[in-house]
Amino acid sequence: METEIFDLSMIWAMIIAFAVIMYVLMDGFDLGVGMLFPFAPDEDARDVMMNSVAPVWDGNETWLVLGGAGLLGAFPLVYSILLPALYIGVFLMLAGLIFRGVAFEFRFKAKSSRYLWNWAFAGGSYLAAFAQGVVVGSFVQGYETEGLAYAGGALDWLTPFTVMTGIGLMAGYGLLGSTWLIMKSEGYIQQWAYRIAPWLLGTVLAVFGIISLWTPSVDPSAFERWFATVRWIWIFPLLALFFAYQIWSGLRKRKEVMPFIATMAMFFATYFALLWTRWPYVIPPNFTLWDAASSPGSQLFLLLGMLFVIPIILAYTAWTYWVFRGKVRVGEGYH
Amino acid sequence: MELDPLLLSRIQFAFVVSFHTIFPVFSIGLATFIAFLEMLSFKTGNPVWERLSKFWVQVFAVVFGMGVVSGIVMSFQFGTNWSNYSYAAANFLGPMLSYEVITAFFLEAAFLGVLLFGRNRVPQGLHLFAACMVALGTMISTFWILAASSWMHTPAGVELRDGIFFVTSWSEAIFNPSFPYRLAHMVLASFLTGAFVVAGVSAWYLLREREVEVNRKALSMCLWMILILAPTQAVVGDFHGLNTLEHQPTKVAAMEANWETSSGVPLLLFAWPDKDSQSNLVEIGIPKLASLILTHEFDGVVPGLKEVPVEEQPEVALVFWSFRVMVGLGLLMIGTGFVGLLLRFKGRYWQTPWFLQGLRLMSVTPFVAVLAGWLVTETGRAPWLVYGLMTHAQGVTPSLTGGMALFTLLGYITVYAMIFSAGLYYLMRVLQDGLEVDALHGEEDDDVHRPSRPLSGSDVTLEH
Repeated sequence: METEIFDLSMIWAMIIAFAVIMYVLMDGFDLGVGMLFPFAPDEDARDVMMNSVAPVWDGNETWLVLGGAGLLGAFPLVYSILLPALYIGVFLMLAGLIFRGVAFEFRFKAKSSRYLWNWAFAGGSYLAAFAQGVVVGSFVQGYETEGLAYAGGALDWLTPFTVMTGIGLMAGYGLLGSTWLIMKSEGYIQQWAYRIAPWLLGTVLAVFGIISLWTPSVDPSAFERWFATVRWIWIFPLLALFFAYQIWSGLRKRKEVMPFIATMAMFFATYFALLWTRWPYVIPPNFTLWDAASSPGSQLFLLLGMLFVIPIILAYTAWTYWVFRGKVRVGEGYH
Repeated sequence: MELDPLLLSRIQFAFVVSFHTIFPVFSIGLATFIAFLEMLSFKTGNPVWERLSKFWVQVFAVVFGMGVVSGIVMSFQFGTNWSNYSYAAANFLGPMLSYEVITAFFLEAAFLGVLLFGRNRVPQGLHLFAACMVALGTMISTFWILAASSWMHTPAGVELRDGIFFVTSWSEAIFNPSFPYRLAHMVLASFLTGAFVVAGVSAWYLLREREVEVNRKALSMCLWMILILAPTQAVVGDFHGLNTLEHQPTKVAAMEANWETSSGVPLLLFAWPDKDSQSNLVEIGIPKLASLILTHEFDGVVPGLKEVPVEEQPEVALVFWSFRVMVGLGLLMIGTGFVGLLLRFKGRYWQTPWFLQGLRLMSVTPFVAVLAGWLVTETGRAPWLVYGLMTHAQGVTPSLTGGMALFTLLGYITVYAMIFSAGLYYLMRVLQDGLEVDALHGEEDDDVHRPSRPLSGSDVTLEH
């Protein structure tokens, strides 16, 4: 078998994992900006906040679609079990993304009804972030399957544990959003972002702490992995704490770029810790990534395109961020 | 009454796709139009083109935004409601959708940002390039999604082993027998939609004598497009029909409401197809014309619905009438093109009120025609999900209950109704303000209002 030479499924697992973390980091900050919307000092600040993400949010969200389509292409079993299992949750997430997505266009075209789109933008962001956090929790929790299909109920995903992971991701996105704003704004808006960021950081650390302590009772295999088999796994939470300290000190020293970079790094470390906890299960507790793989021919056909196109995507995405670099100012539009 | 998850999923899919289709079909045509305007502006330096482009970009932004959000829903629909189908067809479907994302969606998303917000941030040539990339992205997207859709009608290049499709030839699967016809038909439909909407809006401005010079130019361009594309579409549609006759004879039988396989079949203008009695209760037709159109011979044999058992027959009446709506509107479009040409010879195409009024009304017809055509092709395939190989009932999600399907169906209807009415409202505002907005707040004008409304280049308050 060709798995001897190079393991296509393994490569694909890495690509999907990459798409997911790209999504989390990139749409994370613009969802975070949406969640901070109701607390913004004034309407000018909201304009700046929205302007800071308007040119890039669509591209950020495309990583989610890539995660979905790539999953279908490379691990169809995950796709066809996960989506029915999260049926209602997926609907709520999509509804959230719809409202916040159209708010970008509608808000600037509205005047007396503008407050409605402020709420649509904020509410949609909360809903989407929470639903995504729940997905993470349900992944730790596992899914009930029969044969090759989901066999559980419509609301199995909704438990106290997943509510906690939902809150955790909301706080995390909020932190990403606030540190993004520190980087992209100035004056009183930036001061406001500096004030709220430490609170969000505190919340993130508290919730992540609770989740870490809670996980072994939800998923007994996690306990064994952390305390018996894979000792070096502890490097990830330690790294996460290190980056948390970097965020804190960056905020204290009024650094502008550092807190955002450190927040992304903290997300990265946490994400790896989570992946290793469940590795190599993709539909815990029954299916590994090799069980879930599509045919090698399909994986290869898609891989060839991916290897060629993804670098190009990264290049022009980087270029658009460069085009829209620098501070977004009150009273300054893009057009 | 027992809630049927299969029926509800079918309704939900039809609803979600129909809603989504409206936007891309418009934005594909509009994106190309905008790229063309940017090119004219770049080459001639005539400010008229830039003004037109700036205005239509505003419309594009709203339409595209709604297309994006409803498109994200689509990519999850396969998994939530049709998980068995997704699992079975993933070897082909997954790569098609993934290629669409990496070759089209990222391109559109990244360069849309530059198109909307970058006019003063990048050189004009680069801005033109961004407009072209957005247009190219919409085309590439059409290519992949129609490859996937066509394959479900005329599956090729795969073999079914243990209920799972394995791809034996990528080229045969992608360029499956109905793909070229379907792609050409859809791309032409998109261009026609763009042309009719721009023509209708320009006509409306001309009726009110607003910005006559600029809108005349836009209208003239659209009328040329319509004159060439509408008849071309009829020819392509004819080829597509012949292809369908070859591969999906039952669908053609339903389109013609023809029950018995026979020669010299009349073209029915009106009929009341009745599945229970397996016949038409009423029919009025032109003798032998269906045979002539479908086989290009007066005595050609046209297949009948009774070739297949009742449970393999699609909803005949729906297919029959949707087809007539599509063709009828197509003929109307061809007529519009020729009337436009006639008036052009007289030098009066832009100041003939009844014609301009007609164009205004015609601007909605492409959407109706596209939805009708979509109904013909998709419901004509029933009960097959993958023609001849997998039925809808086999493809639906096994754990799905009627209650869940109903909950999300009502949910999508509510959400879409809200954003659709809001979108339409803001779109009307943009149209009402028209191009004059640009004249009032020209680019040299460092207006203080501008900053707070950067989106889509409009700095106008749209409520009055």
